[in-house]
Amino acid sequence: MFTTFKRILKAGSLSFVRNTWLSVATVLVMSLMLFVMGNLIFVSAFAATALKMFQSKIDVTVYFTTDAQEDQILAVKKEIEAMPQVSGVNYMSKEQAFTDFRDRHKDNTFIASALDEIGTNPLEASLNVSAQDPASYGAISDFLVKKNYPIVDKINYFENKDVIERLSSIIASVRGAGAIIALVLAFVAILVTFNTIRLAIYTVREEIGIMRLVGATQWFIRGPFLVSGVLYGLSAATVVTLFFFPMTWMASPKVALLLPGFDLFHYFLNNFMQFFIVMLGSSIVLGVVSSSIAMRKYLKI
Amino acid sequence: MIFFDNVSKVYSNNSVALQNITLRIQPKEFVSIVGASGAGKTTLLRLLLREEEPTSGKVMLDGIDVSDVKRRYLHHVRRRIGTVFQDYKLLPMKTAYENVAFAMEVAGKSDEEIHEDVPQSLDIVGLGDKADHFPSQLSGGEKQRVAIARALINRPDVILADEPAANLDPINTWEIIKLLQKINSLGTTVVLSTHDKEIINNLDKRVIVLDKGIIQSDKENGKYLL
Repeated sequence: MFTTFKRILKAGSLSFVRNTWLSVATVLVMSLMLFVMGNLIFVSAFAATALKMFQSKIDVTVYFTTDAQEDQILAVKKEIEAMPQVSGVNYMSKEQAFTDFRDRHKDNTFIASALDEIGTNPLEASLNVSAQDPASYGAISDFLVKKNYPIVDKINYFENKDVIERLSSIIASVRGAGAIIALVLAFVAILVTFNTIRLAIYTVREEIGIMRLVGATQWFIRGPFLVSGVLYGLSAATVVTLFFFPMTWMASPKVALLLPGFDLFHYFLNNFMQFFIVMLGSSIVLGVVSSSIAMRKYLKI
Repeated sequence: MIFFDNVSKVYSNNSVALQNITLRIQPKEFVSIVGASGAGKTTLLRLLLREEEPTSGKVMLDGIDVSDVKRRYLHHVRRRIGTVFQDYKLLPMKTAYENVAFAMEVAGKSDEEIHEDVPQSLDIVGLGDKADHFPSQLSGGEKQRVAIARALINRPDVILADEPAANLDPINTWEIIKLLQKINSLGTTVVLSTHDKEIINNLDKRVIVLDKGIIQSDKENGKYLL
């Protein structure tokens, strides 16, 4: 039993190794597919983090007209705090807003001199509303709009919401496009592996004929080709995963520029096992499926 | 032990290879099947190996209907039949030893068993000293002997030899036939198909004459008369 398994393993490996260039080409095509898939995974992780970050930045900010009085503003604040969905309201006076703005742009002489020119404080006081559940921001904002406070200049929830919805749909399309590309490449990888196995079957057809004559079981004949298919998958997964090490390490700082707080390299390292298993699983399935189809068509036993 | 029960084989373009063949072969017999080319000799052997299926009738090996066996279990049947062909059917990239060992590997035998049995088999056919030669380094007669060693290795019940000496000179032909006789005397049934008159007439064993798919005669101590 085990001897037979060993023999099948040996025959499959031999076939893999003997047709060197053919095997290399096949592994390369499979690796390409896995590479796209791997990138998809990273993009998904990136997008999820980005989305969360933006979502956490959602809030409703109420800007008041410059002539609004502080006690009026604080009255509104009390009303808003009374809403059950609201977890907190932060008051920023227009003086505070002015100081913050000036400090943030203190290196910008143009802005500094512009501020001096204006003389008065052009900034508005604001109330920053945080909710328990991001879903309730819409309701909160609607409520405030309906209230139609005379001292309220604008409520900026909708602008953020728009950005976030746009971002979500962009992320969804990128994911969708990526998935389609990965599927197309998977199809190509299947075709190439199928062809390789077909060639291997043809090359040893004499041996197969004699195997049949001499009483080999069907699995003794099929086994080596399945082994080859698995080997192609294994090699591709290994190549791609190894490649991702330097790739994520180099891309990581650039990605962090786009989205601070997302460390690509560490994400890769932390999820390495799952990543590798997913790559391995898909590539082996691909290899076995292609093998099986090729055998069904070309291996007459 | 081999029983062809009213077997007919018609190919799709209406050519009749065998017609109503009924024939019994007992264990330890040495049977020659003779006939001109196209008489149906090879078809008969292929039916026994289930390389073909009969259009009608049954092919029985030791009570098993060969044509009815599931593909999955065919290997059991084939392991009980050793085959020798006109074109040797050896693997060119394997040595004589490896060619014979191959039949054992396929049957799932351990490396130790292979180590023991293969040299013995090669000795029986007189090729003990050429075990590591490749087929390209062997003469026709030697190649056929390797094929016979391989056919013997799994101790089959019957050896089918399909025109084994067709490509050999008279002396080698005789060597091969003598070898088959020796194997038969040790207890293996031998079914030999040939169109060589000389062999038949000198063997003095059972001869079945086939012509155009029909058994013309079936005699013990038969002679091939043209």
